[in-house]
Amino acid sequence: MHQLPSKGKGATPSALSRSKMHETLLVGSVPDRVFKFVTATAAVVVLGLVSMIVFQLTTKSWESITRYGLAFITSDMWDPVFHEYGALPFIFGTVASSIIGLLIAVPASLGVAIFLSELAQKRIRRPVTFLVEVLASIPSVIYGLWGVFVLIPLIRSVQPFIQTRLGFLPFFQGPPFGYSLFTAGVILAIMIIPTITSLSRDALNAVPNHQREASLALGATRWETIWNVVLPYNKSGIIGAIMLGLGRALGETMAVTMVIGNQPEISMSIFMPAQTMASLIANEFNEATEAIHLSALIEIGFLLFLVTLTLNIIAKLLMIRVRGKGAHR
Amino acid sequence: MNKRMVLVVSLVFALVVINMGSVFAANLQIDGAGASFPYPIYSKWFDEYRKIDPSVQINYQSIGSGGGIRQISAKTVDFGATDAPMTDEALAALDRELIHIPTVIGSVAVVYNIPGVPSGLKLTGDIVADIYLGTITKWNDVRITEINPGVNLPDLSIAAARRSDGSGTTFTFSDYLSNISTVWKETVGTGSALRWPVGLGARGNEGVAGLVRQLPGAIGYVEQAYAEQNNLSQVALKNKAGYYVMPSLVGASLAAAGVEMPDDYRVSIVNADGPDAYPIATFTWLLVYKNAFDQAKGQKLADFIWWAIHEGDSFAIELHYSPLPEAVISKLQGTLKQLNFNGNTFLK
Repeated sequence: MHQLPSKGKGATPSALSRSKMHETLLVGSVPDRVFKFVTATAAVVVLGLVSMIVFQLTTKSWESITRYGLAFITSDMWDPVFHEYGALPFIFGTVASSIIGLLIAVPASLGVAIFLSELAQKRIRRPVTFLVEVLASIPSVIYGLWGVFVLIPLIRSVQPFIQTRLGFLPFFQGPPFGYSLFTAGVILAIMIIPTITSLSRDALNAVPNHQREASLALGATRWETIWNVVLPYNKSGIIGAIMLGLGRALGETMAVTMVIGNQPEISMSIFMPAQTMASLIANEFNEATEAIHLSALIEIGFLLFLVTLTLNIIAKLLMIRVRGKGAHR
Repeated sequence: MNKRMVLVVSLVFALVVINMGSVFAANLQIDGAGASFPYPIYSKWFDEYRKIDPSVQINYQSIGSGGGIRQISAKTVDFGATDAPMTDEALAALDRELIHIPTVIGSVAVVYNIPGVPSGLKLTGDIVADIYLGTITKWNDVRITEINPGVNLPDLSIAAARRSDGSGTTFTFSDYLSNISTVWKETVGTGSALRWPVGLGARGNEGVAGLVRQLPGAIGYVEQAYAEQNNLSQVALKNKAGYYVMPSLVGASLAAAGVEMPDDYRVSIVNADGPDAYPIATFTWLLVYKNAFDQAKGQKLADFIWWAIHEGDSFAIELHYSPLPEAVISKLQGTLKQLNFNGNTFLK
């Protein structure tokens, strides 16, 4: 994570003792070998779990995959009565609500994280950090209830105000029901703010102090130091934090289904109801009796898995690239 | 770690396990799964029946009709329960004869929230269908105002609320709309999950009830018990005979009495005949194999069902279900007497 080798005391000794430790572990006594075997088994179990999930998702959705092919992804029709299944509105709903969530959550979380790591006094830092962690531990159904009883009436009253000013744009049209893509995005933002905040705060805390001191010594202001030195220094950590937040947003089910209106529609407007992949599965799985309906639902699950996987890979690549650039500087 | 603590915990655990063994060992356990709509009365039945026959313990998981059908088909439970009758194909795919046993009748209320109109709204099935199809979008639409003279209907957008989760309530409601409107039948159809042309989806009866209560201009459909418990305004619907009727337990029973019962009991009672019949009603069924897999369990289950339709139905009204009409009960007696193990019937 650090591009400059730390000149702190004992960097070399610790590296030495570590390799020694490794040696003793390899040739070590019986308990050591047992320990190694146990941990290795745990690692293999994780690998096995992932491949089993992929295997199950593919075999259980095979009927739907072979019957609909690529049309499953491109069709916007989801009709359990006449057995036409297309995932497009759900992919749209999942991605769009998560993007709205990120647009709100990223600036807010970075603000909190910067405040906590760079600006706040200790007596403020402690309670605010604690509150952010409390926010992370609230179950999602509670967020959903809060959304239904507080956020939706609020949005219903704010929406006409926005529409009289920006209503000519296609993004802000629709009846003021309150159950919408936008509401889902706001709920998601609130849910992922703690994740992004605490991880990016850790990332900022990892920036060595001499970087800040050097910048300030050169005559930079606080703002310039944070913006030009501290944030770029650990970009990869912050991107990682955002990606973890995105991961949570993509998979969130309960809170979203309670406020999004559950109508599989692809609309330009953020005030129209939509539906996500996760909430579709949660909604229809219990009562799906026919094999092809079940199979199509499992394929939705498979798609959700692929979407998350793709995003994780992109995040990893992004982090590697950012890190690489840092080293060249 | 504190050793004494570990000891205490493991002792308690051991005691619990031993006790569980002794509690359950004397009992025969019958497992069922399925519809959530009749769950309140089923759990009442299981409780009451345990007082009559303490040797049998009936477990029921209300996981939804779909889950109930899947589990009884896979034979992982001893009986299933569903609000929507199984299809011919699904029954044909089984290697044993599975029979539908109607237990109680439920009705679906159409509820609404129009500021200034706390009660007295009348609608026809056609209008309800067109609202959910998206062709009627305002409460002051001429088709609504012309059958509601004297009711001051505002110029308000209609928000059509419906279930987002698959449900027997949706099945019954869409069955009714398919029965009334050919457009509905051909474009949307009947099912527990649908492709809704317009509207807002909410999870569960409580979700739809909450949405309707909160959102001015909303219309929705919920099990009648939910409409009563939440004090929602209910619509008087025009029935087949041309009368406007409010949802009621009697109205649902009359709907059931107004249809000819087929031998397999898979019958829809929506839009039934009779001047007082309420048009959106349904049976709910238990699913039982005619030839049991296990003699002891089959015997106990047959005894229980016999008790449920005779004595158990007396709990129906207080729990907002309509009891079966007499004619259905006497027909069921013949059917229950056919339940058997290797040809030996359980009930004489």
